[in-house]
Parts: sequence; structure tokens; C-alpha cells
Amino acid sequence: MKQNSMLAMILAGGRGSRLHDLTNKMAKPAVAYGGKYRIIDFPLSNCANSGIDVVGVLTQYESILLNSYVAAGRRWGLDAKDSGVFVLPPREKADANLNVYRGTADAISQNVDFVDSYSPEYVLILSGDHIYKMNYAKMLAEHKACNADATIAVIEVPMREASRFGIMNADEAGRILDFEEKPEHPKSNLASMGIYIFNWKLLRKMLVADMKNPDSSHDFGKDIIPELLNDGKNLHAYKFKGYWKDVGTIDSLWEANMDLLAADNELNLNDSTWKIYTEDVTTLPHYVGPDADIKRAFITQGCTINGEVKNSVLFTGTKVAAGAKVVDSVLMPGAVVEEGAVIHRALIAGGIRIGKQAVVGSADSEHIELVAKRVKGVE
Amino acid sequence: MYKAFGIINPAGRHIWVEGLQSYRPIGAISFMGRYRVIDFPISNMSNSGIDRIQIYIRRKPRSLTDHLGTGRQYNINSKRGRLEVLFTENGAEHDIYNTDIASYSENMECIERMHHPYVVIAPSYMVYSADYSELLQDHIDSGADITLLYHPVDNAKEAFLNCNTLDLNRQKGVLAVERNRGTAKSRNIFMDTYIMKKELFVELIHKAKSMSSMYTLADIVNYECNELDIRGAAHHGYFGSITDFNSYYDANISLIDLKNSTSLFNDDWPIYTKTNDSCPTQYFDTSSVKTSVVSNGCLIEGTVENSILGRGCHIKKGAVVKNSIILAEAVIGEDVHVENQVVDKRAKLLRVKEIVASKEKPGYIKRDDIL
Repeated sequence: MKQNSMLAMILAGGRGSRLHDLTNKMAKPAVAYGGKYRIIDFPLSNCANSGIDVVGVLTQYESILLNSYVAAGRRWGLDAKDSGVFVLPPREKADANLNVYRGTADAISQNVDFVDSYSPEYVLILSGDHIYKMNYAKMLAEHKACNADATIAVIEVPMREASRFGIMNADEAGRILDFEEKPEHPKSNLASMGIYIFNWKLLRKMLVADMKNPDSSHDFGKDIIPELLNDGKNLHAYKFKGYWKDVGTIDSLWEANMDLLAADNELNLNDSTWKIYTEDVTTLPHYVGPDADIKRAFITQGCTINGEVKNSVLFTGTKVAAGAKVVDSVLMPGAVVEEGAVIHRALIAGGIRIGKQAVVGSADSEHIELVAKRVKGVE
Repeated sequence: MYKAFGIINPAGRHIWVEGLQSYRPIGAISFMGRYRVIDFPISNMSNSGIDRIQIYIRRKPRSLTDHLGTGRQYNINSKRGRLEVLFTENGAEHDIYNTDIASYSENMECIERMHHPYVVIAPSYMVYSADYSELLQDHIDSGADITLLYHPVDNAKEAFLNCNTLDLNRQKGVLAVERNRGTAKSRNIFMDTYIMKKELFVELIHKAKSMSSMYTLADIVNYECNELDIRGAAHHGYFGSITDFNSYYDANISLIDLKNSTSLFNDDWPIYTKTNDSCPTQYFDTSSVKTSVVSNGCLIEGTVENSILGRGCHIKKGAVVKNSIILAEAVIGEDVHVENQVVDKRAKLLRVKEIVASKEKPGYIKRDDIL
């Protein structure tokens, strides 16, 4: 396949500090989700399914795991000739000292040479930590049809939540009139999804100027987009309908997992026309024992379930022993719940063991309990 | 293991898995939900360090070649290692001449090209774990000409009827390789696995060919029992022989039991297969699943007991599946009762509400069928 006219750059450097212990040793895009995935599988699979061949992944915070994970581009089918996933951590250059990425725009600025080497007509900027399925080819088609200088994907959010987002005010044709970051009194409910298509020539010029601007915070939302609006450029809002989640907190990560339990859940990971690809593991299918009782659950391969599982998501290789009870909870890869332990409204981190008869979380807690250390049981 | 290359053999004419085998060779038949039978011998070789593997196909190559692909999933070095798929062109028309010897002979240049001094030959229709590098070392140390792997059983009267047995002397010397006629309980079932020098292997191919056009490798090895030093090596652990319909059913059902499956599957000895990128399985409010093995991508609204579900099956509300093996993407409709069945790929059981067979004589539902 010959190289596409659009190259994608995924911003994957963020820590996601409100995910606490989950992101101590890995960046937020590497966090496990939905039984068998990592969050970054979503933008990567979307790229692959949209026919984008070249994807740069900008990593920074705790990047060892993420770098090796995304470098295996064949997981997403991105390994043909003229195709690939390129890991782009900050690097030292001949004419500059080693610089960390100072903002989302700076991360691209520092990799202008990488983008140039593919001389794409368009560049797609994505976040590595959003969960959604989107055909970027459709977005590009609209970008071209509107003759836009830049297109920003937007999603309608409830008006009362609008002040948590970057809000776009657009005319009927979708031309963006102004943009407000987390406005106190939002004028519309069209939230920016942090997904941008730029004409590369224009963006390149903007980034070079932005690099030299000492007052800039080098951020797409705060600096580049307002600057483009100031210049009177044609910015188009591409309305996205469907599931989209930015999981910033333990509560919202839990909620995004629980969303999968609904019979007609909007994300529909079972759609064979738009699969989400991930790492292949060599475990057996999951085993359900004679005493198991499973209702409303999302369970993947390698699990062994002998106890009760209600309204929960079980990731690769988790174990629920006989007499144990897992309710309204998420068990991340390799978590073990021993005999008689009871778990309510909790998110158990990967590899964590909940000992015999231990009680974790409570059915009526306001927040979800994150368990990232072993819980001792009755010996 | 630079010393040996591997050969994976198709089932001979005397073996037939009713129903399933009409569509594909045994190696390509789904096993334990997410595997194909051939994943076991290939993974054994890969885990033993054998990275040049020839796979011979006797008939119906499509589904097997599709599954094998480039062989990347088997974790062999993608530059130094290689899976070669060899098909007997001449065999298709004259089935009685379509022997393993005929296909080796037809592909002799591929065998002669191998620079490895030894060959390990394993069947594509038997399920077991074995470390061939250990067996090869034992073979070399013993000074024997040929080592044959066998599994001692005490149910040879009613099972393993299409298999060969080894007649052994006290020193484990092989006196004869002969068909199991079901006349005795205790037998050493031959696991159709051979280790020998490549040179001897080539010699045997030529000799077999000159003696009879219908001779198989087992036949010529049996013939040579008096001339050559042929020894048996006992196998321990799980052994399933997929050599007729009942053995296919029994092997799957027996592996639901954790005791059996842990003697076959081991974290240090992974069994590789092709990923399908299915999402996890979804259980609904009305689901009830017990003592079963469930692959990814299923939707379960009904009852499943003592069964194996392949990828992407849909068990609808009120459906009951018992003691059955459901292959990928099959649909068990509302209130349909399925018991002691093998339901082939993509079959839809919708209108007939009772599909029940006896445990001794399990039933079979055809691929893509609608009932």
C-alpha cells in the first residue's frame, strides 16, 4: 500500500496523575481497559482501520513500557512497507539541547523533521488516552469538502458539564467562530475531543512561530487554535456521534469499564468491521468452575472463575476463587481474589492479590476504591 | 535446536473424524475453543527450539493454510526459522496412493535441502506436550536408529481404535508397529512421533517406495524392526488422539477438567495460535455458566454446562447447552436445548428446539447449517 496523504501523531506523554498508583510506572495511554486492551489501542486501531499507514507516538512520562508496546506495529497491522508506528520520545539534536516536551504543540514542533520526512498533506493530531471508535477518513473527507485550514472533532456534551471542556462555538455550516477553554458560562455544548486535522504546511508555519514565542505555553488548545482563529483561518467543527470517554480519574476509568456491560453499549467492541487490536496473549480461553455464578460481566481469556461475579469486568488471567464475591468491580490483568474474599465497587490493580475472606470496598461508597497493594486475608 | 528440523504429518487414510473432517484436515479442526489441533505439535516444536518446520497437507489445504499464515504466531525466529507448507499435488486424484511416503517423495528436494542431521516427525492430529530437545538428546545418547514416542493406556479396547500400537520388549525395543484391533485393554499407543537421522529418513522413504506404493512411514518402520535398533520412549502427561469423531469429542470434554488441562497446558510451555482480535465475552443477567471453557467474543444469555464455546458464539435467552462443543460463531437460539453435540462453525440452531444425543454417541451439526 502506498503511503496515505495523512499522517497521524498520537500524544501519549501524559501521566494521568489522578489515576494515582495505576500510573506510577506507566503513562496513562498504557493503562489497561476493557478486559484485554490498553487505552492507546483505541487511537492506534482507529488509525489502522481508517487506512492511515504512518503513526508517530509521542511519549514522555514513564515511557519504557509504552515505547516497546507501540513499537510492535504489527499488532495493529501497521507494519507493511511504507507503514509503521514510530516511537518519538524527546531526543537530543545537533542544534539544541535535550528538551522535554513543554506542551502538546511543542511535542509536534520538536518532531517537525519526522513529519517532513513523509511530506504529508495533512496531519492528524490525536490523544493517546481517549476511548472511542472513529473513522478518521470520514473526518478528512469533511475537512477537504469544507476547504478547511484545520478541522476539530467535537462531541455534544450535557450543557451542565460543558464548563469542564474546551468549548467550540460554531455557525450552522460548522465553521468555528470562537473557542473557550473550560468556560464558566459556555455558549454551546460542542466539546473539543482533542482530535485535529491540519494542513501540514500551515501547521508547520504555526509551530515554527510558536517555538519562538516566549509567552506561549506551546499547547494546541491554548495557543495554536486561538492563534488560527485570530488569523481568520477556516476552522471547521466535525461533529462526532458515538461513545467517547476521557478517563481522567479512577471513578471514570471504572465507569468506562462498566459501560461495556450494557446489552447495547455504544462502544460495541464486538463489531467485526471495526475491531480494536491489541497484544496477543497465549492463554487458554477462560474457565468457569462448577460453583461459579456469573451475571452481567465482561470476561476475557486466561481467567479462572469459581466464585460469584456480578456486574464486573475481568481482565486477562484474573482468578476468582470459590466462595469469593466480586460485585461492581474491575479486576486488572492477573489480579487474584482468594477464597471467600468480598469485593464491592473497587478497581483492583494488575497482579494484586486479595487474600482469603478479605473485604474490599463497600456497596454504597461514593467513590471507587483503588487497590494497588496486596490485601492480606485470614491465614 | 539446530540439530533437528521438524515434520508435521497429516492423518493417513485409516483415520477419519466424521463430519468435521469433510471441511478441513484434522490439524485445522478447532480444539479447546481457541486453538486448532495443529497448534499443539507446532508449539511443541517451537518451544523445543525447532525453527524449521515442514507441514504436509494431504487434502483440503484451504483452512489449514489460512490458519498457519506466515507462521509468525508460533514464535519462531522470522528470519532464521520458517514454516513450509507442502501439499501433495498428485495425491488429490488417487487417494489410495496419497500416503505420507508419497508426499515426502514428491517433496524430496525440500527434505534434502535441510542441513540438520536429525528429523523429528510429529502428527497434526494428536494433542500432547513434549519437549523434543530432551527426546532428541535421549535418542542420541541411546545410540538407537529410531526413537518412537508412545503412551501407555489401559482403555485400548474401546478407544484409540484407529491408532497404531508399539509391541515392545523389556528393553523398550520395538518389535512391531501394528494397528490397535481393540483386543486388549493395555496397549502402548504409538503417538506417530519419530526421531531419527535425516539420512536414515531419506533411505526409508526410498525403500518404502520401492516396496509398495501404498506403504506408509509406519509400515516401513515396522518392516525394519528386525534390522534397525528402534526403541520406544514413553510419554507422560495428557495425551489426546483426534482419530475419530468420538475421540475428538472426548478429548475436548476431558480437558474442561482442570486436572487434565493443567497436565497439558503449562505457563512455561505456551501453546500458540492465531489471534482473532475478538473482544472479551459478555455475560448477561440471564446467563448461567458452569464447568465450561469459554473463548472470547461470545454473548451469553442462556445456560451452559460442561461445554466448550469457540470464539464469537451467541447463546441466546433460555437456550441450554450441555456436554457440547460449540465451534466459532455458532448461534444457539432462544429456548433451544442442545446436549451432547458438536456444533460446527457458524451453524445456527434456531427453530428445532431439542437437539439431544446420548453421551456415548454424541451428535454433529454441520458447518453453516441452519436448524
